[in-house]
Amino acid sequence: MQALQAPNKSETTLRSITTTSNTTTPLASQGNHDGDSTKLWWKKRFRLGEFLIEKSITAISFLSFAFIALIFVFVFRESLPIFSTSAVKKPAETKQVQQETYGDETPAAELQQQVDERKRSVENLEEGGATAANLAGKIWQPVSSKPKYGMLPLIVGSLKVTAVAVLFSAPMAILAALFTAAFAPKWAKELLKPAIEILAGIPSVVIGFFALIAMATFLQKTFGFQYRLNAFVGGIALSLAVIPIIYTITEDSLSRVPKVITEASLALGASKWQTALFVVLPAASPGIFAGILLGIGRAFGETMIVLMATGNASILSGDLFEPVRTMSATIGAEMGEVVFGDTHYTVLFFIGAVLFLFTFTLNAIAEVFIRQRLMKRFEGQ
Amino acid sequence: MRKLGRKLLGLSIPLFSGLCAFFIVLIVLIVMGETIIGGWSTLSWEFLSTGPKEGMTEGGIYPAIIGTFLLVVIMSIAGVPIGTITAIYLSEYASQKSILARMIRFAVNTLAGVPAIVFGLFGLGFFIQFVGTGMDKVLSGGAELKWGQPNILWASLTMALLTLPVVIVSVEEAIKAVPRELREASLALGATKWETIRKVVLPNSITGILTGGILAVSRGAGEVAPILFTGAAYFLPHLPSALSDQFMELGYHIYIMTTQSPDVEATRGIQYATTLVLLVLTFALNFSAMFLRYKIRTRTAR
Repeated sequence: MQALQAPNKSETTLRSITTTSNTTTPLASQGNHDGDSTKLWWKKRFRLGEFLIEKSITAISFLSFAFIALIFVFVFRESLPIFSTSAVKKPAETKQVQQETYGDETPAAELQQQVDERKRSVENLEEGGATAANLAGKIWQPVSSKPKYGMLPLIVGSLKVTAVAVLFSAPMAILAALFTAAFAPKWAKELLKPAIEILAGIPSVVIGFFALIAMATFLQKTFGFQYRLNAFVGGIALSLAVIPIIYTITEDSLSRVPKVITEASLALGASKWQTALFVVLPAASPGIFAGILLGIGRAFGETMIVLMATGNASILSGDLFEPVRTMSATIGAEMGEVVFGDTHYTVLFFIGAVLFLFTFTLNAIAEVFIRQRLMKRFEGQ
Repeated sequence: MRKLGRKLLGLSIPLFSGLCAFFIVLIVLIVMGETIIGGWSTLSWEFLSTGPKEGMTEGGIYPAIIGTFLLVVIMSIAGVPIGTITAIYLSEYASQKSILARMIRFAVNTLAGVPAIVFGLFGLGFFIQFVGTGMDKVLSGGAELKWGQPNILWASLTMALLTLPVVIVSVEEAIKAVPRELREASLALGATKWETIRKVVLPNSITGILTGGILAVSRGAGEVAPILFTGAAYFLPHLPSALSDQFMELGYHIYIMTTQSPDVEATRGIQYATTLVLLVLTFALNFSAMFLRYKIRTRTAR
């Protein structure tokens, strides 16, 4: 773009010089005072249409930033009341309670039950405020006579599932990327790349379905778990969503390693695999690290897969083979049934805010690694 | 001894990494195969063209297909123009150093990384509770609850926000692929910047805009988390007829049928077939996007 602008500008410069010599407008003489080589923008012919279009395009582009700001504001605003114990809002007007319409098919008894549950949770607002102590508790029981909003089991659940997913997918994706970059014959590359793109394109609900129906049964038969759906199954299923991310970024940074480095290593007598393992891989390590971070972010925030494949029981334990309830799945499963403005509603928004902050931080760190470390390393050489 | 070890390592590393690659391909094949085998027998024209019957245990997924279609159409109407304009700004107007351009780039990157469920929360908190309830207050004095509840408009707008980065990245790539000579020729002939963009740059990057739209649609059709509580319904006896109606959606249908259906085993065929339909839909979209992108790249190389 810069180069594109240049001839355009010099043209205006020329034109303005000729005008200054012919007519002595106050504007032009002012331009001469300032030294007219660079700051000539006011001498460009002013076109109202162009100006308006440029401004409106800028304004519309600004929308994406505005929306990020709005997401910040709204997700945090809705979760704000839990920080002040007194500010437990009065339950909203009952008109707004109808979050989800189940059509005409919902039996009356079920509806009645839902209404009862809501009443109960409303009644319990006085005693069941979500104080900080309550949030750090070990029991997540939002719908009960004494609601408990201990987030610990959810956090541990998310961490367990994410750990399984990343420990499983990272080595596999990195090695597969190394294979494509260093060893693969052409036909294997042409098979692997579309396969990864297809995997990246599979909707998460389909992966969740596959995990729930087929993979869980298969893994239970193979390893003999007590529970069919557990953190391990959820983690493995999640890794299907994480593999494409780590693979793509790793492959990208491996292929960015300058040929000079590889050739130098080969010229010194290192074999192909030695070069790949001890030269190319370490050189691309910031990119790989960034890929893993983004993978963690994805795994942590992913909802549908864990909602379907982890069993969704909020048990606090370190056992990988027990059912878990993750933070994202909790929002997905419970938000449809809460009262607007209720403590439960607020706590769910708070969980969302935590998820947002966590993935945001991970993405920012990954960005730094890709932008600065990797680029600098290769440009410096 | 060391030599032997090194030799073994030299053999095992390509082999092992190759195995990992092979395993990934295998997983993809298994997921696809499982869905096709499970869903093929239930799939029929009737399944695609009728609604659920007998309390969702029989019948087809017609309303879900229509709902998904409407969702992605409204989403594209809202998202593609904004995404395209943002891409134009980033690649044509903004200088790389300007703070505004950096802010927008940062926002696009962040949007791409926000978990889908957080978009759902935002849709609920902003579109439904803030904008919707506000609209109700203005339009009917709060007497009538029309917009302050989940509906297809809010779900589509939430989805548009989620797919915005997809559109922007893809359009920007296409705009960058337009040769500089074309632009310079246009400017040299006396066209203004906007004329150049409108008559030269945009027509030449129309495939990229299309690719972005298709990729966004494919993403939007597959995401379920953002619409969980912004508009998707378990069952509706009629198709959505207004923007303030709820809708059925393919992905949500899969989720609901596998986890909340009264008889999960009996509807297995429906679940598989719905999954197959969704998978075929997203693949068809992705492949056409891949094809278009390939065309753009070969044109650039020429």
